[in-house]
Amino acid sequence: MKLELQGITKRFGSLVANDHIDLVVEPGQVHSLLGENGAGKSTLMNVLYGLYEPSEGRILVDGQPVSFSGPGDAMAAGIGMVHQHFMLVPVFTVAENVALGNEATKATGMLNLSQTRAKIKAISDQYGFDVDPDAIVEDLPVGVQQRVEIIKALVRDAEVLILDEPTAVLTPKETDELLAIMGQLKSDGKSIVFISHKLREVKQVSDLITVIRRGKVVGTADPDSSTTELASLMVGRAVSLTLDKAPAQPGEATFRITDLTVLAPNGQRVVDGISLEIRRGEILAVAGVQGNGQTELTEAVLGLQGHVSGSITLEGHELVGRSVKEIIRAGVGFVPEDRNVEGLVGPFSVAENLILNRYDQEPFAKGLGLKPAVIQQNAREKIAEFDVRTQSAQAAAGTLSGGNQQKVVMARELSRPLKLFIASQPTRGVDVGSIEFLHKRIVAERDGGTPVMIVSTELDEVLELADRIAVLYRGRLMGIVPGNTSRDVVGLMMAGMPAEEALGQEQEFGTEPGSGEL
Amino acid sequence: MSNEQKTERQLSRTAAHDEEVRLEAAAELGDGNQAPPAVPAGAQSGELQPGLRESQSLMQRIATGNALVAVLAVIMSLILGGLLIAITDERVAEAAGYFFARPGDMLSAAWTAASEAYLALFQGAVFNWEADTFAGMIYPLTQTLTVATPLICAGLGVALAFRAGLFNIGAQGQMIIGATLAAWVGFTWHLPVGLHLLLVIIAGIVGGAFWAGIVGLLKAKTGAHEVILTIMLNYVAINLVLYLLTTPAFQRPGSSNPISPQLDDTALYPLMFGDGFRLHWGFVVAIALTVLVSWLLNRSTIGFELRAVGANPTAARTAGISVTKGYVVVMVIAGALAGLAGVAQVAGTEHVLTAGVAASFGFDAITVALLGRSTPWGTFAAGLLFGAFRAGGVVMQTNTGTSIDIVLVVQSLIVLFIAAPPLVRSVFRLPAPGAVRKGPKARKNATAGGAA
Repeated sequence: MKLELQGITKRFGSLVANDHIDLVVEPGQVHSLLGENGAGKSTLMNVLYGLYEPSEGRILVDGQPVSFSGPGDAMAAGIGMVHQHFMLVPVFTVAENVALGNEATKATGMLNLSQTRAKIKAISDQYGFDVDPDAIVEDLPVGVQQRVEIIKALVRDAEVLILDEPTAVLTPKETDELLAIMGQLKSDGKSIVFISHKLREVKQVSDLITVIRRGKVVGTADPDSSTTELASLMVGRAVSLTLDKAPAQPGEATFRITDLTVLAPNGQRVVDGISLEIRRGEILAVAGVQGNGQTELTEAVLGLQGHVSGSITLEGHELVGRSVKEIIRAGVGFVPEDRNVEGLVGPFSVAENLILNRYDQEPFAKGLGLKPAVIQQNAREKIAEFDVRTQSAQAAAGTLSGGNQQKVVMARELSRPLKLFIASQPTRGVDVGSIEFLHKRIVAERDGGTPVMIVSTELDEVLELADRIAVLYRGRLMGIVPGNTSRDVVGLMMAGMPAEEALGQEQEFGTEPGSGEL
Repeated sequence: MSNEQKTERQLSRTAAHDEEVRLEAAAELGDGNQAPPAVPAGAQSGELQPGLRESQSLMQRIATGNALVAVLAVIMSLILGGLLIAITDERVAEAAGYFFARPGDMLSAAWTAASEAYLALFQGAVFNWEADTFAGMIYPLTQTLTVATPLICAGLGVALAFRAGLFNIGAQGQMIIGATLAAWVGFTWHLPVGLHLLLVIIAGIVGGAFWAGIVGLLKAKTGAHEVILTIMLNYVAINLVLYLLTTPAFQRPGSSNPISPQLDDTALYPLMFGDGFRLHWGFVVAIALTVLVSWLLNRSTIGFELRAVGANPTAARTAGISVTKGYVVVMVIAGALAGLAGVAQVAGTEHVLTAGVAASFGFDAITVALLGRSTPWGTFAAGLLFGAFRAGGVVMQTNTGTSIDIVLVVQSLIVLFIAAPPLVRSVFRLPAPGAVRKGPKARKNATAGGAA
């Protein structure tokens, strides 16, 4: 099936999210849409999937103009979509989820799930999905849940599959598996629209790359183009993808975690006997797939976790058992993993957010009274220093873009003398241009002699920033390896292999040395 | 198409619409903050998207809504109230009997009924143009201010708690306990002028703060929900005062009714304009409290903490603010304000303690805070409006025979409309916050493009 978008424009009030976008997806082709967060990729796909009506332009299927008034129409026309956030009912089985919205019933009106089960079996066998139709969806790993979404589309005879940022939630191994599946689907004659901002993956699977910036198609590229080329197309200016980072000059180890264990409210050991130390002027990156104890580890350092045993010392002072406020006062800078939930108070102004943990200290307050003039002055300085794009210091932080919100959080944490800096997912959902800036600030803090801990689920980021890498798996430390360790070894460790074994295996099979190119 | 498919489509539509709103709210095209959840299944089923999502509850969005919506809610409620007055009017009912013969009769009767009632309401609440003296003319206004005093005090307490994310339904109970303690000091102790009133005021503050502090403490220590706690403590307070009024310490000697002795004259708020008016200095206290709460919320470190806890407790905690301490502090202050409302009652207007000393002021205070969008001066204005309703309602009932209950209906309608901003917006064709509706033009273009 050949799919064509001609001059698609989508406006939201005065905002043009898509500006005359043309796109042709040939049968049996993987067509990647590359663009920064907010470039309009998802809007375009929602137009294609019938969720939005285009303000202008038309969609052609096999040369025939079609008009979708909803996802039902799009599905009927053979378009299937796998959303970034899965549309599955967690407590239903795979078969029930696949049948949902398309239920076959027996004469009595009872559900006929056996038919759906058979279809799932057939598809699962054909592509090697290894999905049990009777498994409860919430018990499945994220990667398998994603396959259920793909099955949902295939059961409805989709010829074109739209995958919206499918790798964002996957481990490196799951990502590889998904890319393989995409290859299989392609050889079966299905077309795939692959949306991503990860250049490496896009280059690996695409037949054709269309780059979108600020709602417009700014060019198409060949998968052989260099990553630098693609990145500058995407951002609109030359970006340096490799961080200029001088080798670390580590000093003494001032931050120590000894035998740290954190219990979840249900008694599970979410952090299990971790010991590590970070030296001054060194970045330790904590790698791991999301949900393997990283959140709890950083929160334990900040005093946000309840059931903590073991010891955390900063310059010889014990942190366990002290309040969050005391720990912040002791010189711990903390960038939480979800800025909207933990980092910022959305309705508060940028100025207020910039003093969120120093509001009651000189010079921002005297006694019980705040000093608005000082707070404003501070905001103006930080906004300039960190290049925060905001209408004013009084704008609510919730109205800023992700990258600018992150700059606000970073500006707050880096603008006081620190003895330890912890950043969780420092660049999640941040555009490429801001990533460069934020990374430089992190390295600058390191070069100032602060021990730095970075937690990231993005392997690229870990490899780029780290002087040493600690890998967590199910709350346990798989080992600490040097910053230049290959991608494959770290990937194996993220999947639960101890460091020695992973290093040994690499030597044995002589896998190509990983390049931390991005 | 099956029903399920339709539902699915509607859900997707809702999700898509939210996405649109979010996009429109985002000032620039650089937004991207979708953090993948741990279990991403079903994540997009119509939730608010990041940016608008924050961690604001529905309750909070209602409590801190749009000023225009608040004003329009009042207008709509008054119109509906007018209709209700007309419908229940006897002359209108009579004229309706021959509606088809002379429809004008009924319409004019309806207009007369509603307009006369509202005129009487205005006359009883603001300005009486029929009075002989100037004092008589402005008497209604002073009545309004008198009634508004406890409403403003208690309303401030509710508003403050709202801002910290707590739904304080307990102003009634806090007011009763404050009034009880204040009254006891007022009629038991006999102290010189000045000191006595001061102690009465302090007793009221302590009583209210204690009663609300229980709620804050229980919520902080055990996580109990403040709505349930405050509602239950209201019952406890009402029955406690009923019991106390049967004990010798509180009951008026020689009386078998549940009524306390008169408060000493030294324990009363002085009247502002002499014996001819009921307005007392408690109103000035209410103004001062509004100023104080305004400073506390916007200019103090305590207010910064409270607002942060209310707007995003997780971020507040991460920034080192003690959320549990915040709950206790805000409830104690809210209770103190409600306690001062109780003082206004016993030391200002009633001069005795009865079980009905708080009337329904504590509950009306919730409406007042809602209407005032939980801002101190908004609450002040809303308190004046509700004071006017109450003061004018009495005159309306005696002059035109329209039941004072109509005022209750109007008050309830106001809450209803404020709780449903989309309803008000659709009636007055206001745009949703930050959103521009899809114009029919864009729609037409789309279909034309599709057909071409």
